[in-house]
Amino acid sequence: MSSATDAPRASFRLSQLIYDTRYRSITIQVIALILLIAAFWWLINNTVQNLAMLGKDFDFSFLGARAGYDINQMLIPYDNSMTHGRAALVGILNTLLVAFMGCVTATVIGVFVGVLRLSKNWVVSRLMAVYVEGFRNVPLLLWIVLIFALMTESTPQPRDFREGGSASLLFGDSVAITNRGVFIPMPTWGDGAAILGIVLVVSLIAAFLYRRYAKKVLFDTGRLLPMTWPALAIAIVPTVLVYLAFSFTTGGVRMQLMGAEATEGQSVAAYAEANGPLSVCMPEGTIKLNMQRMLRANDIRYTEKDFATEEGAVQAFRNGACNLVSVPAASVAAFTEGTDLAVAPLAETSPRGKPLEFEKPVLGGFNFEGGVQVRNSLIALWLALSLYTGAFIAEIVRAGILSVSKGQSEAAFALGLRPNRTMNLIILPQALRVIIPPLISQFLNLTKNSSLAIAVGYMDVRATLGGITINQTGRELEGMLLLGMFYLTLSLVISGAMNVYNSSTRLKER
Amino acid sequence: MSDTHAQTAAYVRESMIGQSAPPTGQSGAIRWMRENLFSGVTNTILTLVSIYVIWVIVSHLFPWFANSIWRADSLTQCREIRDATVGADAPAACFAVIVDRWQQLVFGFYPQDKYWRPVLALVVFLAAIAPILFQSLPRKALWFSAAAPFLLFFLLWGGSVWLPVCVALGFVIGAVAYRLLVASAGTLTATLAAIVLPLLYWLFLAGPLDAALTAVAPVGLEYVQSKDFGGFTLSFIIGVAGIALSLPLGILLALGRQSHLFIIKMISVGFIEVIRGVPLIVWLFTASLLLNYFLPPGTNFDLMLRVIIMVTLFSAAYIAEVVRGGLAALPKGQYEGADSLGLDYWQSMRLVILPQALKISIPGIVNTFIGLFKDTTLVVFIGLLDPIGLTNAIRASTDWNGVYWELFIFVGLMFFIACFSMGRYSLFLEKKLQREHR
Repeated sequence: MSSATDAPRASFRLSQLIYDTRYRSITIQVIALILLIAAFWWLINNTVQNLAMLGKDFDFSFLGARAGYDINQMLIPYDNSMTHGRAALVGILNTLLVAFMGCVTATVIGVFVGVLRLSKNWVVSRLMAVYVEGFRNVPLLLWIVLIFALMTESTPQPRDFREGGSASLLFGDSVAITNRGVFIPMPTWGDGAAILGIVLVVSLIAAFLYRRYAKKVLFDTGRLLPMTWPALAIAIVPTVLVYLAFSFTTGGVRMQLMGAEATEGQSVAAYAEANGPLSVCMPEGTIKLNMQRMLRANDIRYTEKDFATEEGAVQAFRNGACNLVSVPAASVAAFTEGTDLAVAPLAETSPRGKPLEFEKPVLGGFNFEGGVQVRNSLIALWLALSLYTGAFIAEIVRAGILSVSKGQSEAAFALGLRPNRTMNLIILPQALRVIIPPLISQFLNLTKNSSLAIAVGYMDVRATLGGITINQTGRELEGMLLLGMFYLTLSLVISGAMNVYNSSTRLKER
Repeated sequence: MSDTHAQTAAYVRESMIGQSAPPTGQSGAIRWMRENLFSGVTNTILTLVSIYVIWVIVSHLFPWFANSIWRADSLTQCREIRDATVGADAPAACFAVIVDRWQQLVFGFYPQDKYWRPVLALVVFLAAIAPILFQSLPRKALWFSAAAPFLLFFLLWGGSVWLPVCVALGFVIGAVAYRLLVASAGTLTATLAAIVLPLLYWLFLAGPLDAALTAVAPVGLEYVQSKDFGGFTLSFIIGVAGIALSLPLGILLALGRQSHLFIIKMISVGFIEVIRGVPLIVWLFTASLLLNYFLPPGTNFDLMLRVIIMVTLFSAAYIAEVVRGGLAALPKGQYEGADSLGLDYWQSMRLVILPQALKISIPGIVNTFIGLFKDTTLVVFIGLLDPIGLTNAIRASTDWNGVYWELFIFVGLMFFIACFSMGRYSLFLEKKLQREHR
């Protein structure tokens, strides 16, 4: 290696390529490179031959072709007339959705269980040990299938929720767990929702900046400003105030129900009897939600026509598209005068609605209506992924906390730090350095494991791009390649970010 | 007046009180409970919540287990027996499904009259693995372990006995060539010969030799097709083959990744990252859908073999990362020390670096193995019948339509036993190999 004292001989002999360490490494690398190129050439050559034999070509234009299949869960608008590319995107978003939900829940479960497993409480630590060992040692697929079976076989049917049935809604009549999925309230936006959102974002940033400022003051001057409560207040109070302000101003405005060919002050029930089938023009948002509530309270049957804006709904009403519409109580006079139709206000009004309201699921004919239907496939996949990964994260958290030597906390106590602050300032920063890298790799595992969606029929990217699209177009090679590239990119991005974080928090050593 | 203390003091104890037991609250179970379960408000709440959780679980599961029915031919019969004995609508497990179908869950569709073969294979496997796992057993037994893979193949698949023999002969040729050449021609030539000669033998000689020997002495067992394998036999074969093959490959990859040779390093990094970045299920689909594209036209080989190759490559990439961690954790002085002793690369790796690095990586390696074993269940999606796939098959029959939990419990329990014991073995090994802080 470095102990050669005699000067290298000028003449080069062929045997040096094998026996001289200076050249041998080059020989080995060249051979490896040649073998690699040969292997690739062999694979590609075979592929080209096989494709030619099957009469196929290698081309991605199928992504622009019409998909022609439906997807039962979509986060962006999609229907079967859209392209395979769009379907793949819907699948990607579904994958990311379940992965994100899973990562959040798994972290919460993992931290909770990891800390409790270290508890001195015998019952609790045993219970947590049973959970961790049980989930770690049984295949994830079994858990997914088991939870899916639980969700579909052991939950009540929607009809059991009727009066006298065996099931009832949870959390103040807002959540229904049925064998067709879990129905949860859907957030509906009203007037001022945009402003509310902006205020929330701005106050979150402000809270974050305040924490940074407090830390800077602490490090510069040693003065400790209170951190948690002010930051929390900055984050929450403005949003609540804006919400209340909107609720009491625009939220209090009544919407007057107007009927074509109605007599003034007629009740909607009487109007329905007199004028036959009702169709109602409704703008999206809380106005629609409150009109629905009011009509439902009066037991009115009607067909609904949806419009993006209030103006659109009013315009459609004027064109005779429907026979009911609602306008703000203050502009009733202007509205009746501005039209040739015989329009009169009915007896009923409904509130305009707060910036944010929730639409609860309601039992309809055969199933629940309104709210959001979270399918059993998503629930089973999400729960199984969270519980399974949570068990692994719990072990990581436990190892991280144990890795901080006891002397650290004793030294902190000796300095007079209280337990809370010892945890925040001494233990956690050191434990996190151990915890974060394997934690991220667990997140990656969870994301990749979400491809087990196949077991419950959840429409993730494997099911759309790597499943139905491949079956319909016969493009296995291209489809699988894209699918692999998606997962690979995701992994590389996340692990790249992890490497940056790692090098920034690493202990500086020689 | 006396001067003695006893007479001057108003009261002096003249005899000691005998020792008495500590108060009931300060000893035994009660003290333990006070210290461990009810030491504070939070702790008490935690204890009560946990006990409630345990109670909920037990109260739901206990009657179900206690009323379980073990002898019945179908779910309907199970329900009839339940209605007759414990009453209608009482929770009762129907483990009769396991009694009825356990052979299917364990052996898949392996011919019933040949069950002795997988059973014998398991015995052979255990006998072969024992000397590897436990150092206290005689070292000579390792020769049996080396021969076991061929014996296992023969037992499980059957066919002519000469095929595994001829394949094994290749390894013997390699070993003999190395022994003969290493003294005269040097390590490099000997290694090359030990790789090239067996390859040539397998490509050109093994086939005819097998045919000739089979023609001369047709000894063998009846051939069993791969598609008949299923259940835990299948999981076990894929898992064990994957574990046995992926460890050496993973170590090589880890060494490649740590190597100073740029191209070798790039190849290893590329391989590891690509394999790890994509879910196993996508690789399995690649194996079943795409492999025919990559191989010369007309090649078609066994789906199970494809799966074993994919699973091996997949877990080799993970093992490479674990071993790399072990290699990186070694102090630099160990590498420098090995160099200063004049050891060449392979010697220093074999004698100094790897024994230490592998010791550090044992937990990670075993975790990867456990993961691999659990992942064998994914083969259900490409049409092999693993235990979970078989639960669906069993449910598809009219007799057992509607049985879920009993099957899941059985499958889960089997996996739990296998994985948990692997984990315990890694703990045992870790403790045994620990050299510091004794």
